[in-house]
Amino acid sequence: MSAISTASPEETAKFAAMADSWWDPEGKFKPLHKFNPLRIGYVRDRLAEHFGRTDRLEGETPFEGLRLLDVGCGGGLIAEPMARLGFDVTAIDAGEKNVKIAALHAEQSGVKVDYRHCLPEDLAEEGKTYDVVLILEVVEHVADLAHFLQSVGRMVRPGGALIAATLNRTAKSLVMAKFGAEYVVRWLPRGTHDWRKFVKPSELTDHMRHAGLTPGEVKGMTYHPFADSWEMTGDLSMNYIMFATKP
Amino acid sequence: MPQTHPAPPLDVDVLIVGGGLVGGTLAAALAQDGVSTALIDTEDPATLTAPAHDGRASAIALAGQKVFAGTGIWPHMAGHTQPIEDIRVSDGPSLLFLHYDHRQIGTEPLGHMAENRIIREAIHARLKELEAAGKPLAWLAPARVAEIRREAGGARARLDDGRTLTARLVVAADGRGSPTRTAAGIGVRKYDYHQTGIVLTIGHEKPHQGCAFEHFLPAGPFAVLPLPDDPTEGHRSSLVWTERSRLAPAILKLPDDAFQAELESRIGDFLGAVRPLGPRFGYPLSLQHAAAYHARRLVLVGDAAHGMHPIAGQGMNMGLRDIAALAQVVVDSHRLGLDVGGAQVITDYVRWRRFDNMLMLAVTDGLNRLFSNDMALLRTARDLGMAAVDKWPDLKRLFMRHAMGQTGTLPRLMRG
Ligand SMILES: Cc1cc2nc3c(=O)[nH]c(=O)nc-3n(C[C@H](O)[C@H](O)[C@H](O)COP(=O)(O)OP(=O)(O)OC[C@H]3O[C@@H](n4cnc5c(N)ncnc54)[C@H](O)[C@@H]3O)c2cc1C
Repeated sequence: MSAISTASPEETAKFAAMADSWWDPEGKFKPLHKFNPLRIGYVRDRLAEHFGRTDRLEGETPFEGLRLLDVGCGGGLIAEPMARLGFDVTAIDAGEKNVKIAALHAEQSGVKVDYRHCLPEDLAEEGKTYDVVLILEVVEHVADLAHFLQSVGRMVRPGGALIAATLNRTAKSLVMAKFGAEYVVRWLPRGTHDWRKFVKPSELTDHMRHAGLTPGEVKGMTYHPFADSWEMTGDLSMNYIMFATKP
Repeated sequence: MPQTHPAPPLDVDVLIVGGGLVGGTLAAALAQDGVSTALIDTEDPATLTAPAHDGRASAIALAGQKVFAGTGIWPHMAGHTQPIEDIRVSDGPSLLFLHYDHRQIGTEPLGHMAENRIIREAIHARLKELEAAGKPLAWLAPARVAEIRREAGGARARLDDGRTLTARLVVAADGRGSPTRTAAGIGVRKYDYHQTGIVLTIGHEKPHQGCAFEHFLPAGPFAVLPLPDDPTEGHRSSLVWTERSRLAPAILKLPDDAFQAELESRIGDFLGAVRPLGPRFGYPLSLQHAAAYHARRLVLVGDAAHGMHPIAGQGMNMGLRDIAALAQVVVDSHRLGLDVGGAQVITDYVRWRRFDNMLMLAVTDGLNRLFSNDMALLRTARDLGMAAVDKWPDLKRLFMRHAMGQTGTLPRLMRG
């Protein structure tokens, strides 16, 4: 059932305005839009390799037939592209507003995504499993990381993959978060950019192993302020992305 | 009687309105890379390639050739083009020559001449090839757009025949008078040169040896551009004769012998005896630039965005630059599953092209003003200027590279 079908017209209009701002590349989520192509490119290429779909990347829907769960979907900046690439996408967020915004935007854009306002543990309880689970820019918001990874780990089917991206807890990221480098601060909702919740790669791999996953490649995503552009690097001191599989 | 249900709308990523030289090439660029595309033109493709439709030939710059090659169009026209080995510019009576020889910047020719009819046929052949290969291309012609509604999530077009289409992005490639641009409320800044380009193909006795001649006459530039030899007509060239618009209709209607005499007096005798082949065409010349290249879910390309003086043979070439840039931003975002008609794609395209085009418009406009003039002072200044350019190899190389379309940030399609 559509996540917006129960909303009133006034409410829908309000969410439409918020959707416009979420999706405005020059708007308040500008840094996230700048960053998005890099992480999507990584996700696409690694998953194509993992599922043997590399030769289909030039076609219309290279990932047709695979089920993907996007945890912490926000306005749908990852979920929509994943659906266009052919995944059968379920996307969840703990913020009810986010889910409504995302669902409205997908409907306007003619993209099919199953948006739900729920927590990963709710879905895990239902016994759902997916070929791919994405946890991009979410673990830094999670209260109990061990419990969170247990839930998402359970939902990766054997042979499936999980990709996580987040901010490392380093001196550099502390300075950035404290002194408000725009790109760190602005994509995190006000008051949630708490440096203490940033996660070190070693902590993430530990939690993954406990959740029955096998962590693999880790890459840094580095921002070049003067060129205002992002690049995949080996520097893990700020943003990084990690690929894991389930045996 | 059973109720008839309207057919469901055809859903595509990109809807291109206008299947001319620029729009047709864009359709090939997108469809070959898996971006679903609909291409609409009001004319039947067979009309567009009929000899009476467009008597022009185009100078294709090296960068433009790369776009045709990258879109698989070039192989369909390669046997019918004439390399430009050399460009000679003369300035009326002073007879100062500016001589561009391609050997000064490398071994490649300065460009290629091809009749527009040949380019159109090559584009059509490529589009048919892509359709046959099952690429996501819907080529609808003749067809006319009745209305386009552009909304936050996409655009919906209704055709005259009742069909509907939905698309993420609409591209206006419908030429100078672009009805799509007008309907979107985008204005144009326009300057009328009060000049008409008289265009025709001529046959001549002596070979042109791949040389393009540009004479700057007081009424405007007069260009003789080499075409490949024809098995029956022999040596051929394409003429672009710029004339004051006031006089042009009379010249276009001159009886054959009088027209012939006018031709000879302007061409001189370096090609031997000359004769017109086929009809004469007249194109009113103006400078125009769209106030914006975009609106929600819409971008402008080619002549719909910018119309310039043909003095430097750049109009189509700039259009090809537009579409090479647009194809790149669209294909890249399509491969990531991003919205190909979203604000990011549109901003990236406009940033890339608008400045470059403004520069070219200013250059071609300046050239025409400088040369379509009979004032003694200006004349001396420009004679000296041309001589200086000729004697200063670095400056000349830069000019030549620009004419070949090799300056600025090049889209992938132009790098070959
Ligand atoms: C005399 C002369 C010489 C030139 N020489 C050169 C040269 O040597 N080199 C060079 O690079 N350039 C040259 N140019 C410029 C070049 O011809 C143009 O820049 C080029 O044709 C532009 O292509 P286009 O596809 O943007 O527009 P057009 O060629 O005008 O095509 C527009 C298309 O849109 C279609 N259309 C219009 N309205 C609609 C509608 N409502 N719905 C659907 N379809 C529609 C038309 O049927 C047409 O097919 C010259 C121009 C002139 C006048």
